[in-house]
Amino acid sequence: MVEGNINTIEKHVSLPLDADVAKDLRAGEYVYLTGEMYVARDAAHGRLMDLINKGEKLPINIEGETIYYMGPSPAREGRVIGSAGPTTAGRMDKYTPTLLDMGLRGMVGKGKRTPEVLDAIKRNGAVYFAAVGGAGALLSKCITSSEIVCYEDLGAEAIRRITVENFPVIVVADHIGGYLY
Amino acid sequence: MKADLRVVNTSLITEAIRDMCIEINHDLSPDMKKALLDATARETSPIGCRILGQLQDNLRIAHDEMIPICQDTGMAVVFLDIGQDVHLIGKDLTEAVNDGVRAAYTEGFLRKSVVSDPIERQNTTDNTPAVIHTSIVPGNRVSIRVAPKGFGSENMSRVFMRKPAEGLDGVRNSILTAVRDAGPNACPPMVIGVGIGGTFEKAALMAKEALTREVGCHSEKKWVADLEVEMLDTINELGIGPGGLGGAVTALAVNIETYATHIAGLPVAVNICCHVNRHARREI
Ligand code: SF4
Repeated sequence: MVEGNINTIEKHVSLPLDADVAKDLRAGEYVYLTGEMYVARDAAHGRLMDLINKGEKLPINIEGETIYYMGPSPAREGRVIGSAGPTTAGRMDKYTPTLLDMGLRGMVGKGKRTPEVLDAIKRNGAVYFAAVGGAGALLSKCITSSEIVCYEDLGAEAIRRITVENFPVIVVADHIGGYLY
Repeated sequence: MKADLRVVNTSLITEAIRDMCIEINHDLSPDMKKALLDATARETSPIGCRILGQLQDNLRIAHDEMIPICQDTGMAVVFLDIGQDVHLIGKDLTEAVNDGVRAAYTEGFLRKSVVSDPIERQNTTDNTPAVIHTSIVPGNRVSIRVAPKGFGSENMSRVFMRKPAEGLDGVRNSILTAVRDAGPNACPPMVIGVGIGGTFEKAALMAKEALTREVGCHSEKKWVADLEVEMLDTINELGIGPGGLGGAVTALAVNIETYATHIAGLPVAVNICCHVNRHARREI
């Protein structure tokens, strides 16, 4: 049981994450995120990595940014976005250490990460948050804007920029090696 | 039982599948709703209670505002039990099923999560094709079960080919290994579908079918029903908890199906499902 690690500290944190604020976050803390972050999942990560491997410029600047691993369902008319909960972060593990070393500061997803990712989080003063998996309808209510930035052809897997307000997450991995799972 | 020959137009199957896919992505079946509500009362860890509370809010918002319960609206798995005294007319059956899925996912604002080839990975943009399992059964009705399956939990599913000498312990071990490895990735509280016996593929199919059985309903075989109860308790003692963040509720049900098997084998398939265990049933 990991219950013992979880405290009831609640923090309100702005996005993009400030470097010092990120370093202050500890595994087990409840955090409400407000501000802007990117949305990207498997296919978009694959494309970013291809560009990095070829030494080309990325279509987004990830320095200091947070990526939400998510692929929304389509928005009904008049809505900002459809259902919008986290996807399994582990599928991005192959790409994550490189992105963290390039300055990525925050990640929002669900599920376990590899030791390589946890090391890269430590090395870069980054943080990994979990949102509640399977609560996409609830979480969509905290998203106030959403626009596709690139890779529109990927459909639900396009890279988006979203604005969130009091988006509920819990710190799962922090930069001093705290890890909740 | 002898039944009169009945003519059924496959357009009825298309319509039913369309409606069922949309409905079940916004409203869980009563058994699942009850199981989640009961779990909320049973949970003891503060974080677990918080998450189960959020899941209740999520279900309410999904229903009231027609937002899918989860953004992963799944790959459509369709079971068709077709009476042997049914004469199907109209479009061919596979096309009829896929028409229903296409209509649901495009008109119903559901996510298109299917790629046409596992390596080339081009999205088919309408969530087709479905995975279709057809059986011919006695009678003149068509029974349709639709179970859109999310892949966070599907990815954590396993097939174990045990030795007969491993017996029940081998089965217990298989289930626990799969559940432990799944942990937070499978969006607990989970529902566990298990297939024991048959061949490699029969076990996997039984495990999937077990997920379409009502949660809270037990096998008619005594040893199987006992094992369902025992494994649910053991899994909940693991402490994985809601969201994998610790707690008393890791699983809502363990549903087990069995079949005859070979003298040399003991296949055990464990199909993990998340708390968004969508299954709908209709008869034509
Ligand atoms: S595992 Fe289930 S609840 Fe979790 S994201 Fe996938 S479909 Fe949704």
